[in-house]
Amino acid sequence: MTATAATAATRRGERGWKSAFFTWVLLFPAALWYFLLLVAPLFIVVVFSFGEKARNGGYAPAFTFDNYGQVLERAEPFFASLRLASSGTLLTLLVALPLAYFLATRAGRHKGVLVLLLVVPFWTSFLIRAYSWLIILGPRGAAGVVGDAIGDPAFRILGTEVGVLVGMTYGYLPLMIFPLYVTLERMDRTLVEASKDLGAGRWATFRQITLPIILPGVITGSILVFIPMMGEYVIPAILGYGRTFLIGNALVLDFLEARHWPAGSAKAVGLIALMLVTITFYLWFLNRGRKVRDVSVL
Amino acid sequence: MSAPAIPAPTAAGHVGRPAARRGERIGGLIEGAFRAHAILVYAFLYLPIVVIIVFAFNGNRLATIWTEFSTEWFGVALDNRVVQRALQNSLIVAFFNAALATLFGTMAALALQRVGKRTRLLFDALTYISIIVPEIVIALATLVFFASAFDILNPILLDVQGGGAGAFTFGFGHATIIAAHILFNTSLVLLLVRARLSGMDRTMVEASYDLFATPWRTFRQITFPQLLPAIVAGFLLAFTFSFDDYVITSFVSGPGSSTLPLFVFGQVKRGVSPETNAVAAMIFGFTIAMLLVGQLALIWQARRRGARDSMAKLISEG
Repeated sequence: MTATAATAATRRGERGWKSAFFTWVLLFPAALWYFLLLVAPLFIVVVFSFGEKARNGGYAPAFTFDNYGQVLERAEPFFASLRLASSGTLLTLLVALPLAYFLATRAGRHKGVLVLLLVVPFWTSFLIRAYSWLIILGPRGAAGVVGDAIGDPAFRILGTEVGVLVGMTYGYLPLMIFPLYVTLERMDRTLVEASKDLGAGRWATFRQITLPIILPGVITGSILVFIPMMGEYVIPAILGYGRTFLIGNALVLDFLEARHWPAGSAKAVGLIALMLVTITFYLWFLNRGRKVRDVSVL
Repeated sequence: MSAPAIPAPTAAGHVGRPAARRGERIGGLIEGAFRAHAILVYAFLYLPIVVIIVFAFNGNRLATIWTEFSTEWFGVALDNRVVQRALQNSLIVAFFNAALATLFGTMAALALQRVGKRTRLLFDALTYISIIVPEIVIALATLVFFASAFDILNPILLDVQGGGAGAFTFGFGHATIIAAHILFNTSLVLLLVRARLSGMDRTMVEASYDLFATPWRTFRQITFPQLLPAIVAGFLLAFTFSFDDYVITSFVSGPGSSTLPLFVFGQVKRGVSPETNAVAAMIFGFTIAMLLVGQLALIWQARRRGARDSMAKLISEG
């Protein structure tokens, strides 16, 4: 009796050891990748941002804040990115909100197919979908039509911020629709009915019931759209002809053409800092939103 | 709280009726507006795809003017050695990336069920960082990392090998692209498989252990089949993301390892050509075929499992 209990315990202990070892084996490749290709590179970028450019390009060890000084002096790409990313986020929100609402509440039995149809373009090449707008917005496309209408044959959309904005809105629209759709889908519809039964109009119901509930979805969607728009490179390069000069373009220039790695690293650190501020604001806002909702429910 | 502005539509009688009818009409208008908006958004989403495919069949040399239907540009594109080479590179990169990322991601997802809270939180943080940091930052950081690592490792390698002309050294190429793609895609697979794991029925695993199955056998016969849809989805997603990637690839590719998106981007910078449209249309076709294959595989698997279930039922009842 005791003997069998002891062997069982030993066996369990042995299995426990093996299992703990095995767990680490399973975790090892992903952990290695996260360390080597995420943590270490980002750390190196921070170190490089304090260095200087080596004579034939690259990095030479130094400790200087010059690169950051340059970022502040020539902040135009940052402002251009902020301007385009915020207007792009607003635009995607305006387009996505009614659609998400339609899908969640009025699409009926076609809902599944309609949601799947949103996913398909998102799966296909971003680059090619972006360059297709070269044909659509070009002088023989939309720009020509608008130009004829307003009597200005030189009217152009490509190479302007409008063209870049259309491309960005197009590219990231699904990322805004999905979180909105999910929140609206999960929403307790009886609250809306209750509000209407209590005599509230459409607008009052939307403002007092729907809006507070979907706010987290709106914020999530905005973050998902805003962050890649801030770092966007392909769309301004193609649809803006590189004339709309965003942080992404500046980074490519620094790293691949000028090979001034420290200057580029400082810009990258600036971009990451902006992201962190945005995400912190996001988390703060969500928590704040929750508190407000609790109070209103009481 | 504002006072009720519109009488409740349920209120019958002379007073309520016209207001209710007006409400209905407004409701109908709003309904129509939502529908119209939805149609416009779907048109907006599919317009670029349709335009590329249509213009790929355009006989004109000028890519942006439609003249006649022709498939000649597909032939031109397929005969182009650069395109062939780029396609080959894309397939190699996408396949190895997808295979390794799926393996690493699934392994990590299984391991994360059995680690402490702190390890899991750390891993979660890294997973989300790798997804949320703008692609371009990941790209340049990876470039800087590889270049620095090679600067340190290559002299040592040369030393060890005696510095001959044929000595092995690290450089940018397929391997660096694959390694860089694996990071993002491992996170993706990890999230997919973990979502599936958390929704999984634990009782089957417990039953399997109760019936003295070994951990390996339990995994093979219970856990793995249930995870398969997530793993297949993860593989296909990883494959297409890698196949379509431009930004990271452009930073860490080397001579001769240029992929299709790099080729397309280079062409587009010089102006659209019908040949590029044909390449683009083929990439679309390929991606959509992958999606269909994935869907069919999942349906087939579900049906097979359904058949097995009904067989078991038949045996147990009959």
